[in-house]
Amino acid sequence: MVDVTNGGRPDQAASTAPAIELKGISKAFGPVQANKDIAIRVMPGTIHGIIGENGAGKSTLMSILYGFYKADAGEVFIHGRKTEIPDSQAAISAGIGMVFQHFKLVENFSVLENVILGAEDGPLLRPSLAKARGVLKQLAAEYELNVDPDALIQNLSVGHQQRVEILKSLYRQADILILDEPTGVLTPAEADHLFRILDNLRREGKTIILITHKLREIMEITDTVSVMRRGEMTATVKTAETDPAELAELMVGRKVLLRVDKTHATPGKNVLEVRDLRVKDDKGIVRLKGVDLDVHAGEIVGIAGVSGNGQSELLEVLGGYADGTGQISLNGQSLDLTGKHSDGQSRRARGIAHVPEDRQREGLIMNYFAWENAAFGYHRDPKYQSGLLMNHRAMIEDTERKIEKFDVRPPNAHLTAKNFSGGNQQKIVVAREIERDPDLLLVGQPTRGVDIGAIEFIHQQIVALRDQGKAVLLVSVELDEILSLSDRIVVMFDGEIMGYGPAETADQVGLGCLMAGLGGADTEAMQGWTISDAASAEPVDPSKSLIEAVDEKLHQKEAREARKNG
Amino acid sequence: MDLMTVLQVLDSTVRLATPLLLACLAGLFSERAGIFDIGLEGKMLAAAFFSAAVASLTGSVWLGLSAGIGASLVLSGIHGLASITFRGNQLISGVAINFLAAGMTVLIAEDWFSQGGRTPSLFGGGRFEGITLPFAEALRGVPVIGPIYYELISGHSILVYVGFLTVPLTWWILFRTRFGLRLRAVGENPAAVDTAGVSVVGLRFAAVAICGVLCGIAGAYLATGLQAGFVKDMTAGRGFIALAALIFAKWRPWYALYSCLLFGLLQAVALRYQSIEVGGLVIPVQFMDALPYILTVVILAGFVGKAIPPRAGGEPYVKER
Repeated sequence: MVDVTNGGRPDQAASTAPAIELKGISKAFGPVQANKDIAIRVMPGTIHGIIGENGAGKSTLMSILYGFYKADAGEVFIHGRKTEIPDSQAAISAGIGMVFQHFKLVENFSVLENVILGAEDGPLLRPSLAKARGVLKQLAAEYELNVDPDALIQNLSVGHQQRVEILKSLYRQADILILDEPTGVLTPAEADHLFRILDNLRREGKTIILITHKLREIMEITDTVSVMRRGEMTATVKTAETDPAELAELMVGRKVLLRVDKTHATPGKNVLEVRDLRVKDDKGIVRLKGVDLDVHAGEIVGIAGVSGNGQSELLEVLGGYADGTGQISLNGQSLDLTGKHSDGQSRRARGIAHVPEDRQREGLIMNYFAWENAAFGYHRDPKYQSGLLMNHRAMIEDTERKIEKFDVRPPNAHLTAKNFSGGNQQKIVVAREIERDPDLLLVGQPTRGVDIGAIEFIHQQIVALRDQGKAVLLVSVELDEILSLSDRIVVMFDGEIMGYGPAETADQVGLGCLMAGLGGADTEAMQGWTISDAASAEPVDPSKSLIEAVDEKLHQKEAREARKNG
Repeated sequence: MDLMTVLQVLDSTVRLATPLLLACLAGLFSERAGIFDIGLEGKMLAAAFFSAAVASLTGSVWLGLSAGIGASLVLSGIHGLASITFRGNQLISGVAINFLAAGMTVLIAEDWFSQGGRTPSLFGGGRFEGITLPFAEALRGVPVIGPIYYELISGHSILVYVGFLTVPLTWWILFRTRFGLRLRAVGENPAAVDTAGVSVVGLRFAAVAICGVLCGIAGAYLATGLQAGFVKDMTAGRGFIALAALIFAKWRPWYALYSCLLFGLLQAVALRYQSIEVGGLVIPVQFMDALPYILTVVILAGFVGKAIPPRAGGEPYVKER
């Protein structure tokens, strides 16, 4: 049996040396300097955060550390010893484990098979599997890393899949663990659990590097933090001695407003009225189970919920690319939910603009120019036509005007969409939709993968539209975004609305419960809120924590859907 | 239909299923590792020609078999180079191999033997003869079991037994060994294999090489076991039928055996009953001959339910940033 707890721990003499020390790491991809003279020291038994915007070079740095790239210059020291890491095998034997943002798991393999893959003990599987089963049991007890060893990965929730990734690293006796944006895909409850696991690992002397762009997480769990901007390390500080505003400024290079600056809403007449909306997807799973929703002029309604609980389907039906049943009316006139007049073209004609959730697949055509993308969906507008042909000049001039107004960088209408950063791509989409002066704006995940600076700008644009007296329906899995941007919040779980109420009185715990379909005291404490009967109010098993109850509820739902899929 | 007739049809089913089975398992190894291979046909054809040619020139069927496997391995190497090393399109590479084999075999045959693109007929040591299993003669008289053992099980060439034994062997390799685990993983998610510190390229080349060996045996069996010599296009679409069988079997070894036996049975029935009367209606011979191909089309059109191919199949692996 392998001694997992002490297997990778540095001995007493070496423990004064940093677990990881990087000196002068540089890496260029052609003309782009991804990493420039980076230096970091991380002491053993600590959690070190690396924060930076998209494209700041965080992932490149970690790929160098994991042997995916060879640095152009620089040295790596592990526990005080200079170490060459030409490939992943070398990184693993140096005791480095990596949990990627996109998990590297084999979907139709069991947990055990995934754990032993590449770390088998001999040519036959049976002994390796038996050994891994024992080690996993031990690790589960030690770090709260419980996963059913025989479950197939495809039947696990993302939170559990992530645990498998951590288990993979620990099974290989990693004592330095790198996590790349680990909470991006997790529910709040799952993220809490992850942080508990990380805390346990730290206590056992493991060293953890946490890459993220979320300031809150850095403040919550790290001991030290490094900030990266444009390939350079701009600062390394003790977390206790800094605050989110300072970190944000270091990241972006200027002062950033972290809170959305908005006045109290003055809702007007009802713009969008949804009654008993039902949607079944092509696998036959019911995604919306009778949703009622109102959005008034001059207000932002935020739909909170764990991803996959019907929010996307709601946007798709409203945006005109999925069919449903029920009634939807806009400004008192009903909309077709099926047939010829239910497509995106008809929706736009009725004054609904849509910033879709996935800008790279639904919002833009990545290989097309910015000026083409800035007109898509509205390309039949007479102002873009000249006779039978399209008026390219008009489209380009129009785009240049939008680029200036929305501060798209680089300001070049002749670049293809894929050549812009995530934030600037999103600005192109937002500019296209908002500039049509819609009555209703649908916004899905407006700031997913968007830099802090651009988030601030996009939020301001959405609030400005509201202030013009337009209705805005916001869907986001980022609870912070929902809380700061919305005037009214609606919580969805499993295709139903669990409750709604004003944003001022909403709190994280109450919303978290509703997002898992739980009612109870925490939700009733929110003043002015209406809690639906669908939110189960049965008292939570007192032996379990609230977090476990939430986790379990979400799990049941995912398992139900997995069964139907299979 | 008496027992003898049934046994004879089944006997010929076994013979006809063997090349399909070997090719199907060849494809299974390759596709499970994420390399689609529509060049099975071409590899079999090349192996059939070179095995027959070498067997005819040297008089040794074993040298012929080696030459067949060698030829198939060379084509596998080309497919590997194109689709693994240079990350080319696997379908195009496969099509190219099929064309290459179809043209090359006839051309070389004409050059070497001047018999209109065929090899001379093989005889004696140039062919795989049937093996009589122990006690076959002795048990022959025993009712039911005797004829089954003598007619159906005994009397095939060694390659038939090799083909059928490859089924459990393939299952064992895939599901009970480290190599098998990694092979299946690389066809599902090569990034998982790569980050685990195992070479994706190495694994895929190993799979393609196994595919080459099995296709080589399949082709050699066609020309030196099932028939006595090479004729133009003698594989007659068997590589594609094997692919259909592979999909039918949902990339699983035992099911591959069953689906190949089904195709073999159809071919055997078509061979034996050139026309069948069903209630006064005579089914023409052309229809019987076309049956295996019709079934292939039906299967490929997806009428057999959902067959999920290996997820990374057909996609060259590029390390992402």
